[in-house]
Amino acid sequence: MIRKTSLGVAVALSLATSTAVLAETITIATVNNGDMIRMQGYTDQFTKQTGINVEWVTLEENVLRQRVTTDITTKGGAFDIMTIGMYETPIWGANGWLIPLHKNVNFNTNNLSAAYDVDDILPAMRGGLSHEGTLYAAPFYGESSMIMYRTDLMAKAGLKMPDAPTWDFIAKAAKAMTDRSNDINGICLRGKAGWGEGGAFITAMSNSFGARWFDMDWNATFDQKPWADTLNFFVNMMNESGPKGYATNGFNENLSLFQQGKCGMWIDATVAASFVTNPKDSTVADKVGFALAPDTGLGKRSNWLWAWALAIPAGTQKEKAALQFVEWATSKEYIELVAAKEGWANVPPGARTSLYENPNYTKVPFAQMTLDSILSADPNNSTVEPSPYVGIQFAAIPEFAGIATQVSQEFSAVYAGQQSVEEALAKAQDITNEAMEAAGYR
Amino acid sequence: MATQHSRSTARLMMAPAVILLLGWMLVPLIMTLYFSFKKYLPLRGGDLGWVGFDNYVRFVSSSSFWPSVSTTLIIVGGVLAITLILGTLLALLLDQPMWGQGVVRILVIAPFFVMPTVSALVWKNMFMDANYGLLSYLWEFFGAEPVQWMSQASLTSIITILSWQWLPFATLILLTAIQSIDHEQLEASEMDGATVLKRFWYIVLPHLSRAITVVLLIQTIFLLSIFAEIFVTTAGAFGSKTLTYLIFQRVLESQNVGLGSAGGVYAIILANIVAIFLMRIVGQNLDK
Repeated sequence: MIRKTSLGVAVALSLATSTAVLAETITIATVNNGDMIRMQGYTDQFTKQTGINVEWVTLEENVLRQRVTTDITTKGGAFDIMTIGMYETPIWGANGWLIPLHKNVNFNTNNLSAAYDVDDILPAMRGGLSHEGTLYAAPFYGESSMIMYRTDLMAKAGLKMPDAPTWDFIAKAAKAMTDRSNDINGICLRGKAGWGEGGAFITAMSNSFGARWFDMDWNATFDQKPWADTLNFFVNMMNESGPKGYATNGFNENLSLFQQGKCGMWIDATVAASFVTNPKDSTVADKVGFALAPDTGLGKRSNWLWAWALAIPAGTQKEKAALQFVEWATSKEYIELVAAKEGWANVPPGARTSLYENPNYTKVPFAQMTLDSILSADPNNSTVEPSPYVGIQFAAIPEFAGIATQVSQEFSAVYAGQQSVEEALAKAQDITNEAMEAAGYR
Repeated sequence: MATQHSRSTARLMMAPAVILLLGWMLVPLIMTLYFSFKKYLPLRGGDLGWVGFDNYVRFVSSSSFWPSVSTTLIIVGGVLAITLILGTLLALLLDQPMWGQGVVRILVIAPFFVMPTVSALVWKNMFMDANYGLLSYLWEFFGAEPVQWMSQASLTSIITILSWQWLPFATLILLTAIQSIDHEQLEASEMDGATVLKRFWYIVLPHLSRAITVVLLIQTIFLLSIFAEIFVTTAGAFGSKTLTYLIFQRVLESQNVGLGSAGGVYAIILANIVAIFLMRIVGQNLDK
């Protein structure tokens, strides 16, 4: 009798443990962008297919960066998949903190299945998410930046947007489109502090004005004319034609302003094109045109290159399950799933070559401009004068995030009218040089 | 009269608590000291060796250091002034007999129990938002241009939020002090012809001095380390970086643990100076 019960208990126990193994749960840290929120809605499909449960930790961009950076440096192990970008991936990959997804040299360690078709990933994205030829994160979507403008307001102002405008034209058009009595701002741009917010925009813009973050000896260059030109141009234009309080506007704030019809132009991530042309959310969906990000004739445009990608931290206990999810979420099938449910305009863009060859997608009005913007961005050669770093709206060195966040805070204080351009640039110069000294560059 | 034996028993009984407290305090303290003498950059492979007092020199010679000290002083001073003045007035008011006294007192104390992050978010989004905040409606109602609180008046906003949080604490302590005033003394002075102001100045205020020092001491120590309110509202932008925030910035945003730890040691020293200084005053007051 006793033996029987104990046997029963043992069977029950083993059953319990085996179901526990089946119902594996992976934890994913992600950013609160539209495409990511949409992906969370389809998690059920993944769970149905694989039996793996998914737990989401959704955070605002700046907070996400701090959380995942702290977790990876302290080997906290809180997440099985992290949503990171082009800035983090090569640095973390070099430190051996991420599980390599695909190796060029040694195909034996390829972790991705053949059906995944890794060669379909856009070369620009693949390059940016690799370290020494090894892919460390799979792009969920890729983006550059471009101009989104209101065709009706542009016509009303009697102007025509060229395909590749200059900053002078943008400032002129912004002034002409501004209509304060109707609460229409000629141009909406990011002013919010944070290196991935306003910092990214002003850095990409500065490239077109001939500025760079560091000279070839890693000295800060905020004391030089191109930076003063950039900042003065930006502040003058925004004070003249921008929304009030733009010092605290980031991507999401500008998106909602544009969707409510309060912006004539908006220069921001190409992924926003899908949101501003979606009649469900946007009141101006049928009146949006697109153009390449502006330049000043110096040979560089002010568009950036970015990808939000999924990476698996080394040391996770659930590598297999995590890999399955990464493949699912960044696969061609996922794109088709979203296309079937929400239309081709709403699929995550910028990651795969096949998407831009798909006749269904080339019909989407912003597809070609998005691809052109992505193709015109070159992280290895982003500045007019030579620079020692890789990256367009960032410099891919570990210190950059900390430095650029502080510098962008000083810039935001200028936008809010708390200090002058000269004061901010002097502080930026000190902040950058001090941090580079502390890190041992200078 | 305690014997040798009972004394050692008492020590033994206290030991677990003392050891726990020491451990609680000493382990983080020693770790902070240890890291502050190291070049420790997690994103560059971690421990890069001893560097002596480099981090200490670098922390104070940084261009961000003195602005953060002055920001800290402005915030602490501002909140102390507001909470003490309004706290005294509120305490005097609440001391008056009135209908529903119990409920009113609970309502006045309530803000103290709201979590700092929550109250900062409520203020930021529901009161101070330039588009749909309550204050912007108020401004527009009077035909004024709404203020961009978080960006144009960042310090004022943070001081307001903190004062709202700490006012109940000041009120509570001052109220208990006022309640212990000898009412016969007040009545006697009233009969002798002392005005309300004179009674307040010569009887109530001296009586409150000890309570005021206690409020000063405790609030200063807590206010020196405020963080959540700044993180949630401005994230250190618009000149709102305090010393505490600068340390956070060094450790987490710049990923320079050594430099941040050196800042932490400075903060410990500063807090202790303030504490010793204030405890002396309290001690003198208690002797009287």
